[in-house]
Amino acid sequence: MSRVWKKYRYLILRRFTQISLLGLYLAGNYLGWKVLQGNLSSSKLFDTVPLADPYAVLQIFATGSIVAFDALLGAIIVALFYMVVGGRAFCSWVCPLNMVTDLANYLRRKFKLDKYEKKWWASRNIRYWVMGLSFVLSFILGTAAFEMVSPVSITHRGIIFGMGFGWAMIVTIFLFDLFILKNGWCGHICPLGGFYSIIGKYNIVRVEHNQPNCTLCMKCKEVCPEKEVLFMIGKKSMQVKMGECTLCGRCVEVCDDDALHFRLRDFAKGEKDVS
Amino acid sequence: MEKRTDEGRRRFIVSMAQNVAIASVGAFLWSAYVDEAKAAPLVLRPPGARKEEEFIGLCIKCGLCVEACPYDTLMLAKPGDHKPLGTPYFIPRDIPCYMCDDIPCVPPCPTGALDIESVSEVKGGERVFDITKMRMGVAIVDIKNCIAYWGIQCDACYRACPLLDKAIFMEYRQNERTGKHAKLLPVVDPDYCTGCGLCEHACVTEIAAIKVLPRDVALGKVGEHYVKGWEKSDEARLKGSKGIETTVTPRSNKSPEESLNEGIDFE
Repeated sequence: MSRVWKKYRYLILRRFTQISLLGLYLAGNYLGWKVLQGNLSSSKLFDTVPLADPYAVLQIFATGSIVAFDALLGAIIVALFYMVVGGRAFCSWVCPLNMVTDLANYLRRKFKLDKYEKKWWASRNIRYWVMGLSFVLSFILGTAAFEMVSPVSITHRGIIFGMGFGWAMIVTIFLFDLFILKNGWCGHICPLGGFYSIIGKYNIVRVEHNQPNCTLCMKCKEVCPEKEVLFMIGKKSMQVKMGECTLCGRCVEVCDDDALHFRLRDFAKGEKDVS
Repeated sequence: MEKRTDEGRRRFIVSMAQNVAIASVGAFLWSAYVDEAKAAPLVLRPPGARKEEEFIGLCIKCGLCVEACPYDTLMLAKPGDHKPLGTPYFIPRDIPCYMCDDIPCVPPCPTGALDIESVSEVKGGERVFDITKMRMGVAIVDIKNCIAYWGIQCDACYRACPLLDKAIFMEYRQNERTGKHAKLLPVVDPDYCTGCGLCEHACVTEIAAIKVLPRDVALGKVGEHYVKGWEKSDEARLKGSKGIETTVTPRSNKSPEESLNEGIDFE
């Protein structure tokens, strides 16, 4: 049991937060609980604190509309939270699609699909292009353009308010990640992830690599959904600095050699860079 | 050496063009979908909703209005509902808006897509909600399928109307077919109708003969060039405008015969 906990502790904690957040939102809609009401686009915490998706609010601004105070304050609160903790903690600890894409990834590893599948190359910067486009299109079309198509919103809203044909979107993302592009949605296209990568660039929670302990087994890179952030593995003792790190903690728990840890950001720059 | 820089430049330009082309293809597909998907002329919005173009720009699709509605009237559009995705709407034939006095769906809106000002006023420093200010749509009677227009007694919609005798009133008319009966006909006054849909919900025909439609779909517009001369306030619009001076044509000095035969050459 303790071994299972040691090897999967962050995964278990993440599933726990993801599912309990969904549960609280569901209870907000169906049971009238006042803990979390609304959905990930905008919600009310304990019936008092407004929360809003800062990326959605920016898109609304791009349409030329001025949002009311609640949404603005909510967006600022959420943005500040992820600036401190790390933007893409949203992706691995909150986003409901994470479970879908993680499953696709798990199956990829399980059936060694990487070895046999036809490989497509795609830039991980597509998400920033999509993000830029979303603002331009919001401006032209007069409606938050990504919110009209966002699989994240469709999934979350679907779970809480009724899915309709939203399941088709979930299946599409699953198949895309499983058979077309590894980490295709979360790691390449999703502009919300891109947005949070930028926001969380100067966060204080970091993964730290301790190079002398590393045996180069590369288990960490195998599980990492954004493996470009782990470029230092086996080369250099340093903290993961790239905003794309989702802080999922998979690398930390799969490491058998005590070479990866969660640490607070090392503000004394460069000290750890010397291997 | 020179050949290599040329090669590099070519590679750079082509890859740039490629990226721009991919982005444009994506942008066109994306915008084509969104532009179609956001157009829903027949959607009925919650109370206090701004004009559709503004509403669709502001709504963040959080569903707080939906959760606040005690009658489960409001829904968020799901994929397959053929409404702008994630935005709140209602179908009055299923569940109408019961026009709660405190309008609980409007204040939770975080973005102001539902405008609290439009359904309330501040009286003595306190916000007082006024349900009669809601304008979700307007009820339209299909006079061919309304049984009251057949001469059968029915006032279901009239009785259901929360603004009875204002938004729907009954007009008395003689039944010409029998010659000795009366028809009591429901008539909607769009100046009062809030579009709550209680009438549509109450209508007894198989498909409702009174239906709520969005106001900008159902209502016409006279235009600036007609003036209600019998209304002082409307007549006042003419003040100071040019070209309305009464012109007087002086009476002709010729005799009528002259006038009739004018221009005719008798030779």
